[in-house]
Amino acid sequence: MRWNKAKVLTVLGFIGKLLVGVLVISPILLGVSFSFMSPSELASIPPHLVPHEPVTYTYQKVLQSIPLFRFLGNSMIVCTIVIVGQILTCSLAAYAFSFFHFKGQRILFLAVLATMMIPVDSIIIANYLTISKLKLSDTYIALVAPYLTSAMGIFFMRQSFLTIPKELHEAATVDGCGHFRFWFSIVMPISKPAIASLGVYIFIQTYNQFLWPLLVTNTNNMRTVQIGMSILREAEAVDYGTVLAGAVMVLIPSVFVFIVGQKYLVKGMTAGSVKG
Amino acid sequence: MSSLGKGRNGSKVAPYLYLLPCMLVFAIFVFWPFIKTVVYSFTITDTRGNPIEFVGLENYIRQFKSPQFRNSLKLTFKFAPMVGIPTFIIGYILAALASERMRGSRIYEVMYSMPMAVASAPASVIWFMLLSSGQNGVVNWILNSEIRWLLDAKTALIAVAIVTVWLNIGANFIFLLTGFRNVPTELIESSRIDGAGYFTRLFRIMTPIATPQIFFVVFLDIVTSFQAFAQIRLLTPNGGPSYSTNVLIYSIYQSAIRDSRYETAFTQSIVLFLIILVITLIQFKTEDKVVYYQ
Repeated sequence: MRWNKAKVLTVLGFIGKLLVGVLVISPILLGVSFSFMSPSELASIPPHLVPHEPVTYTYQKVLQSIPLFRFLGNSMIVCTIVIVGQILTCSLAAYAFSFFHFKGQRILFLAVLATMMIPVDSIIIANYLTISKLKLSDTYIALVAPYLTSAMGIFFMRQSFLTIPKELHEAATVDGCGHFRFWFSIVMPISKPAIASLGVYIFIQTYNQFLWPLLVTNTNNMRTVQIGMSILREAEAVDYGTVLAGAVMVLIPSVFVFIVGQKYLVKGMTAGSVKG
Repeated sequence: MSSLGKGRNGSKVAPYLYLLPCMLVFAIFVFWPFIKTVVYSFTITDTRGNPIEFVGLENYIRQFKSPQFRNSLKLTFKFAPMVGIPTFIIGYILAALASERMRGSRIYEVMYSMPMAVASAPASVIWFMLLSSGQNGVVNWILNSEIRWLLDAKTALIAVAIVTVWLNIGANFIFLLTGFRNVPTELIESSRIDGAGYFTRLFRIMTPIATPQIFFVVFLDIVTSFQAFAQIRLLTPNGGPSYSTNVLIYSIYQSAIRDSRYETAFTQSIVLFLIILVITLIQFKTEDKVVYYQ
């Protein structure tokens, strides 16, 4: 009997924890629910939590109001370039710091550390001016360039590279394998889990960016989804269900990647950031 | 022999070549703009951001005399604990709830951390509806109140803080959960045998062991509160009713983009940099004193 009681408690605890989870994500759930409501239903008092007369026109109206797929495409292109770029530059730099001994190594490493002391927001206006002086506004180059490397990425990749046994490198050198080939065909494949962690992290960070794309894009052709969100909100202020339908569509990619990559993301987030 | 020599020569330049791409990006988009921001903050700039005249500390003096800027500073410092304290408490409770690994626990772990995946733009758009002023707003309906959340200068910053808290609880949860799970299982088991209850275990064992993570998230919350931009722009356009949400980062944006007063934006950027620098230094200084290492 005691065993049964313990089991019942465990199940109840599990259900309780799930309910708390529903509470945490309730804004998302309500957003989805409200996106199927007409303006009159959204005004009802008390608020309807689920639509009584669901409408779906809101989703079609988003596509008429803003070029959402163009925005999504832009966001995906930007994310892809930033992910590939950052993984390449960070892992090359991390390789240099872990497999070479060279003059100025300490100073260059300190330079990487120093970039962490300069918050992006405090130099964003200067970067914006650089881009507009170079006449690069409204280009993919502008959207991606400042994010093609990161100190965090370098430290994270370095941490992963340092776990690779030195003997492996020695053996490869004896076999006549040069540094670049060793990096490309041994170090990178071994580091797949770390690369996946970094990739998921960069995706969510880049996809969700707001201020930088707001500064460097002026035309619908180059805008990303987050800025599209802001345009939609101004265009459809009266029919708020449509704005919410847009929000739901913008949420889908990042929430999907988060659910699929959560395991990697957690590993990446917690690996380098805290001593422990 | 010749190939050996070449190899040696090659590996002399090689490390620098490997570092070239990242150093190039850092030089153009971190160090150069930083130097520019510092230098230009001592000048008067034209409407396109070119310096015209060196004026020394004049911009700083003008800023610290300006009631608008002082208001922004005050709001920035007020906003940090308004976001940080609730975020930490909620993250802590969620991590405590999920601390034990069990079958199916991944389901609620994903739910508790999900807000992290949500961008501030769609989150703001959704919360705008929930924080609606009338009785049709879910928040007012739950509280049985008629607060004009986003329209009242007294509540606008609180409303923005609520959204920011929600956006940040995911990250707090993940770090604190990692901290709690660092506790060796034998320690938990032996405390159980000693008859320690759940809360004794939580406060006497798990919390001390998680101090590095606790320390980390507290500073993370402070620094991320300084970056709140999209939610302010989307929830309370133009800095909110009576500039009640015009925090530093928003003020920087307005000075540069709306007013084309770049020297003001640069000066405010340097103030933001200094604030974050001081907080980071405090973090480094106190970390080793406060944090309990295993």
